[in-house]
Amino acid sequence: MANRARTSLPRTAAAHAILLTYTVIALFPVFVIVINALKTRRAIFGHPLQLPGPETFSLVGFQTVLQQGDFPLYFWNSLVVTVVSLVFVLLFGAMAAFALSEYRFRGNTLTGLYLALGIMIPIRLGTVAILQLMVATGLVNTLFALILVYTAQGIPLAVFILAEFMKTVSDDLKNAGRIDGLSEYRIFFRLVIPLVRPAMATVAVFSMIPIWNDLWFPLILAPAESVKTVTLGAQIFLGQFVTDWNAVLASLSLAIIPVLVLYLIFSRQLIRGITSGAVK
Amino acid sequence: MAERRPVRWHIGVFLAPAVVVYTLVMILPLFATLDLSLYRAVGKTTEFVGLGNFDKLFGDPNWSGHFWNALANNFWFFIINMAVQNPIGIALAALLFSPRLRFAAAYRTAIFVPTILSFVIVGFVWKLILSPLWGIAPDLLKMVGLRHWFAPWLGDPHYALTTVALISVWQFIGIPMMLIYAALLSIPDEVIEAAEMDGITGMSQFWKIKLPLILPSIGIISILTFVGNFNAFDLVYVAQGALAGPNFSTDILGTFLYRTFFGFQLQLGDPNMGATIATVMFAIILAGVCVYLFGIQRRLRRYQF
Repeated sequence: MANRARTSLPRTAAAHAILLTYTVIALFPVFVIVINALKTRRAIFGHPLQLPGPETFSLVGFQTVLQQGDFPLYFWNSLVVTVVSLVFVLLFGAMAAFALSEYRFRGNTLTGLYLALGIMIPIRLGTVAILQLMVATGLVNTLFALILVYTAQGIPLAVFILAEFMKTVSDDLKNAGRIDGLSEYRIFFRLVIPLVRPAMATVAVFSMIPIWNDLWFPLILAPAESVKTVTLGAQIFLGQFVTDWNAVLASLSLAIIPVLVLYLIFSRQLIRGITSGAVK
Repeated sequence: MAERRPVRWHIGVFLAPAVVVYTLVMILPLFATLDLSLYRAVGKTTEFVGLGNFDKLFGDPNWSGHFWNALANNFWFFIINMAVQNPIGIALAALLFSPRLRFAAAYRTAIFVPTILSFVIVGFVWKLILSPLWGIAPDLLKMVGLRHWFAPWLGDPHYALTTVALISVWQFIGIPMMLIYAALLSIPDEVIEAAEMDGITGMSQFWKIKLPLILPSIGIISILTFVGNFNAFDLVYVAQGALAGPNFSTDILGTFLYRTFFGFQLQLGDPNMGATIATVMFAIILAGVCVYLFGIQRRLRRYQF
């Protein structure tokens, strides 16, 4: 009853109007880039807000991008860095989270706090020494340097979130496994990991975005042509082709679309992850 | 315990990879950076100078002008983000939470889109839209009859910093929206029903009942904004370049650190001064986190359901 009284028509209409306006603000820039990437140079300048028509349609920008930049390589580098870092973050993070949530031992709380420090303090502040470390170990301009940094960066939040979830795994199940003679490692890999898979997916989505989008560490640790990530590659390409608007718009579209598709696939997971603390 | 328990090696095995990588790549370099700030390069070796580098950063005319400029700009960047992004984010979350609103999931998904885009895309997209050459922004203003309002905002030292800050707001508004939405979801129905019984509905329900209950989440989004802003670099670098033009008007601590430590054009890189700036950033962020943990968060934990 009370619910019905609350939803008056003008109020709902106002809510829709505001949300719709903001949705337009959020999506408009992306829309403008994508439609103009498919137009001729003349149409880009003449009528930037028109959809591409039969006369104005052109893929010349995409041709330039594919000929000039080495985007397949950059894309591959980004993929390797992101996937390998995510595997390490999830594996190491889950292992540490299991140790902290499952066993009582001296230093447990202290280790938890030590790992939690990294949630608030950004790893970038150590860049000067990280570069020296990578130079000293010969890892500069390798993808492995980036993987190490992103693994270290991702671990604190992964441990924090996964430990919370692992506390909810039933003790009876684990103890039953122990009675059946499973080792602690098997209990972790066979019983616990499958049960916290939804939480691991959430951590994966959260950790993936900053790794894929990072510009700072690729710029400093791996700027060489053969190890450029797609974010750095696009940045440099855009700088060089700044006057070739077709190419600029095409490369922006190419950079937006994969992330957008991934996001639409994973958005339910992401939103469920953020709101999971609330809807138990 | 009389009986000695066997050493539980598996605990160590489970903890080791995370602790080792985290310590070697994050914690040790962080402390090494703090340490580097106490030295300066003399030829090929280094010499201990105590707090001399800080003295130079704060007082030497070659450094202090840039430093105080970057610091002040960074505060302005934070204030804009805090004052624009978070209230709008909270308002959007409150609207999304309206009872039986249709398409709420679609709005939520769409408004979060800018947050997943890389800085490179965001910086360039807005550069193009605001460009006086291309003219989408002037055309749009013309449609609503405000053509004369247009100025090349990113190129004008008076407006550039605020414009970049607003672009950052556009990009990250999804985060406060989502976190506040989650907090609103966690308010028990009984509380809302009790409020309705007492005749508190609509706006006054938001101000009197919901807002006090979501204050802890507002605290979290504030500290996230603070840490994110004082660590920002990418957006300014992409939109305005490493020199944070025009005339350093968009220079923040992140870009200042990059130029100092890595060198740019004619300027040579200086790891020790870079480390000094990183140490100052560390101190600012640590101070912010401490204020949050000890000053704000403690007082907010009043409501338990």
